[in-house]
Amino acid sequence: MSNDSTKKMIIVALGVCLVCSVFVSSAAVFLHGRQEDNKELDKIKNILIAGDLQTDGGDVQRIFKEKVDIGLADLKTGAFLPKDQYSDKLNPNTFDIKSMADDNEYGMSIPSQKDIAHIFRMPKYMPIYMIKTGQNVEKYILPFYGKGLWSTMYGFMALGSDLRTIEALTFYEHGETPGLGGEVDNPKWKALWVGKKAFDENGNVKITVIKGRVDPSSPDAKYEVDGLSGATLTTRGLDAMVKFWLSENGYGRFIQQCKSQKEGIHEQG
Amino acid sequence: MSKVKNVVLDPIFNNNPILYQILGICSALAVTSKLETSLVMALAVTFVVAFSNMAVSFIRNHVSSSIRILIEMTIIASLVIIADQILKAFAYDISKQLSVYVGLIITNCIVMGRAEAFALKNPPLLSFMDGIGNGLGYAVVLIVVGFIRELLGSGKLLGLQVLPLYTDGGWYVPNGLFLLSPSAFVIIGLLIWAVRTWKPEQVEED
Repeated sequence: MSNDSTKKMIIVALGVCLVCSVFVSSAAVFLHGRQEDNKELDKIKNILIAGDLQTDGGDVQRIFKEKVDIGLADLKTGAFLPKDQYSDKLNPNTFDIKSMADDNEYGMSIPSQKDIAHIFRMPKYMPIYMIKTGQNVEKYILPFYGKGLWSTMYGFMALGSDLRTIEALTFYEHGETPGLGGEVDNPKWKALWVGKKAFDENGNVKITVIKGRVDPSSPDAKYEVDGLSGATLTTRGLDAMVKFWLSENGYGRFIQQCKSQKEGIHEQG
Repeated sequence: MSKVKNVVLDPIFNNNPILYQILGICSALAVTSKLETSLVMALAVTFVVAFSNMAVSFIRNHVSSSIRILIEMTIIASLVIIADQILKAFAYDISKQLSVYVGLIITNCIVMGRAEAFALKNPPLLSFMDGIGNGLGYAVVLIVVGFIRELLGSGKLLGLQVLPLYTDGGWYVPNGLFLLSPSAFVIIGLLIWAVRTWKPEQVEED
């Protein structure tokens, strides 16, 4: 049969596609477990980085277990879920934000006028990672996510013990353009967040990612972070997601609760 | 035997894909700011060229020239996905640093170029060796560029501090330009000049 006959062309094309698809899908299936483990490890690493814990050379899993406390916050009430109410699904150790957001029971859709981070759905509970010295929580590490230009960006924000100062910001998953929006990964840019105030004196969300550079002499400089140049839409997404998650719709009530508990302790003391 | 040797060794200096054919420049600029990423990228490209060459050569006598390019693209794309999956499973950090550039091996002209220029006319094993050779040629340039850029740009090699930095009390002031892509252009330019001075037959006529 001639190579140029339609029949042979179709046979060859189908054959090649079949063989290729077998290779590609078996690679995807067999390597999936390892890739998921790597992702989980990377997430833990990012939590440690957000908590400013050394990860170099150490066993990440061990440091995580030793230094980090996990709680599950009910975003509606702002209270921690008691440990005896943990279930198979509702467990901070295995909590997966994506599948919980899509869950019928534990996820909810966000009304479009409130959904400034364009995420459509969110979990009703969120894991909170805490670094403690004795009884005092030094840092609260809050997972958060929102839409950038191309992708949903997943990351962590660390708040100091006053629940107002941002201690760190990291991203462990995003698909933004390398070199432009992908600079959310850039340690230099992430360092700009350290020490910024998320709320003003009255507890309103004030942090803003601005376009261009922050003027250090401006009275609002402590509430502002430089945007990423060449990535206006990613910058807008960042601004919206930070605002969303710190608001009443996100961690607002949780942060209120923690603050009032702290004040309560002070009054008693 | 000497044919196989030529096929493997020729692309390293005599017919280097980057320095002589000027192919694959994009990734050579993008991933060479560190030696580690350069090495992994070189390995990934070598893997893809070698196996795509072999696969294309296997079916070369049965493919109509009108669907040739499509078939080649299918094979190359599949191999790139496999390479990407392997990196994600075994070298997650590096695959994160390489980000899109692993996927972009598909558009690396070396891969398509070798399939068209060599694999369509030669038997599978020889084509495979040609892929290895061209991968090595690509690797040599990436490693040299990555070496120079990491050493001068951050005073490190494979992440280890080689030149003590000024900021840490040493003497070396890192040259930030070497961490940016344009520096790779300059280095590759200098390499081309050096190789053509050494082997004048590579110089093109005006």
